[in-house]
Amino acid sequence: MLGRVADVPEPAVLVQATDLTKRFGSFTAVDGISFELSRGEAFGFLGPNGAGKSSTMRMIGCVSPPSGGDLTILGMDPVSQGPAIRARLGVVPQEDRLDEELTVRENLLIYGRYFGLSKAIIADRTDRLLDFVQLSERGGDQVEPLSGGMKRRLTIARSLINEPDILLLDEPTTGLDPQARHVVWDRLFRLKQQGVTLILTTHYMDEAEQLCDRLVVMDRGKIAAEGSPRELIDTYSTREVLELRFAPDEHEHAAEVVAGTKADRMEVLADRILLYVADGDAALLQVRSLGLEPLASLVRRSTLEDVFLRLTGRRLEDG
Amino acid sequence: MTAVAEAGARASVAGPWGMSLRAFRWWLVNYRRTWRGSIYSSLLNPVLFLGALGLGLGSLVDKHGTARLGGLSYLAFLAPGLMAASAMQTAVGESLYPVFSAVKWQQTYQAAAATPLRPADIYRGHLMFTTMRLIMNMVIFLAIMAAFGVVRSPWMIAGVPVAVLTGVAFAAPLDAFAVTREKNDQAFNVIFRFGMIPLFLFSGTFFPVTQLPAWIRPVAYATPLWHGVALCRELNSGAPDLLGAIGNLGYLAALAAISMLAGQITYRRRLYV
Repeated sequence: MLGRVADVPEPAVLVQATDLTKRFGSFTAVDGISFELSRGEAFGFLGPNGAGKSSTMRMIGCVSPPSGGDLTILGMDPVSQGPAIRARLGVVPQEDRLDEELTVRENLLIYGRYFGLSKAIIADRTDRLLDFVQLSERGGDQVEPLSGGMKRRLTIARSLINEPDILLLDEPTTGLDPQARHVVWDRLFRLKQQGVTLILTTHYMDEAEQLCDRLVVMDRGKIAAEGSPRELIDTYSTREVLELRFAPDEHEHAAEVVAGTKADRMEVLADRILLYVADGDAALLQVRSLGLEPLASLVRRSTLEDVFLRLTGRRLEDG
Repeated sequence: MTAVAEAGARASVAGPWGMSLRAFRWWLVNYRRTWRGSIYSSLLNPVLFLGALGLGLGSLVDKHGTARLGGLSYLAFLAPGLMAASAMQTAVGESLYPVFSAVKWQQTYQAAAATPLRPADIYRGHLMFTTMRLIMNMVIFLAIMAAFGVVRSPWMIAGVPVAVLTGVAFAAPLDAFAVTREKNDQAFNVIFRFGMIPLFLFSGTFFPVTQLPAWIRPVAYATPLWHGVALCRELNSGAPDLLGAIGNLGYLAALAAISMLAGQITYRRRLYV
């Protein structure tokens, strides 16, 4: 319904970046990254704050000229053909940037007019889009008093007014409460099902796992790894993780003892010990057999968080 | 849904004029909410100034002889110059804070920059709206002048576009400057105190520049407001001196044109980081 039906054959690769670099003065925000995005994919940049994700998104959004490398979007050059590319992009910025004093419908009208769409077309699409983001009843309301989740959904509706070829979402659920996040995820998942090509940045591993077919893990301006969430976990982590928590005064001693168990890898965090193993329950038995009794233990599947920890030695939220 | 060939169904890129018009629409849609209040102040401002200064202060001035005002009553002297000065005020009001708000507080500029619009289109769209506001206010000002009985020549109708151009000559550089402000709006106070207020007071609006000490007069002649004030005042007395008028208009047009080039650069630098 919302995906644009192309009447001209398009190249399958929508975004191609080679050694893409962005510098601000002496600071290198994006340090020679290469990736490709194909039509219909949901592609993610996962990394902590300051990893260079937003800078990359701004370059793809043609509002930030690359400092080096090659970037082609929809077969065009972002610097010389920015307006033509942007005509076919949808952008959901982290800050929403809605016209808060205007009504919900006026927001879509103004934005649609930026794209040169006729009023009749905008009105028609507005009905469908507001229905899609569950804001039909709020059409005539001013935006300012709406909740954060509603505003984000409106921003998503607004970004779809031109039926974009690619939808760019920068941290789509940052700052939302858990319930609102799930509603946004549900809508984005539906878009994905409809074949809309998504690029998103996130520092939430659960968001990346739920929404991305393929993702790159970014750290300090570079790509640390690339693959589907499953592949990344299989490659960089074990099937299960045993989390152990000890009393603070035992923590250090326990870490030394646990190091003697048969695990693929161990991470000692400030408050927990993570054991990367194929069988978490078996590992826990082994820990107990060494005479240790953790205050709490948890066996769970590996996540992208573990992949990130393995690749960078830091946790995602540490930045 | 099939691919529709219907006009306006596909996002499109237009020429500079068409794209600027799209940016202009944002201001129009927002203005629909606030136009009433703005009309009141557009009416009230000239009435207060012409009443208090033109009539009130003017009655004192007129008692002391008006030879230096060219034999005019003070009200008749003041009104056309004040029209140009009020164009400057309108331009300042539609430029500094609205630009800062659009780029910093609301980020409407950045929202527009994510669409086919280019920074230059966003800049020109804002200037188009300021021009519209100037036209409205100057027409109102002329009507109030007529109500006060001080429109002395049909040439004064040409004072409207002259005052509008004066306003644009202020708005274009002020927009270009305001968009460069990253952190705060402190610089605006400096502009008000050391730019706009001295210009307002000393550019010949309230008394002829010839009353100033000789050494400082060239400064007054160099300010854009003086050119607007002088030409508006001349138009109210009949056909202007052609060469002088070309000089005034040329100065204002050149200032506007050069500022617009600068604004395209400053807008791009701010919006394409």
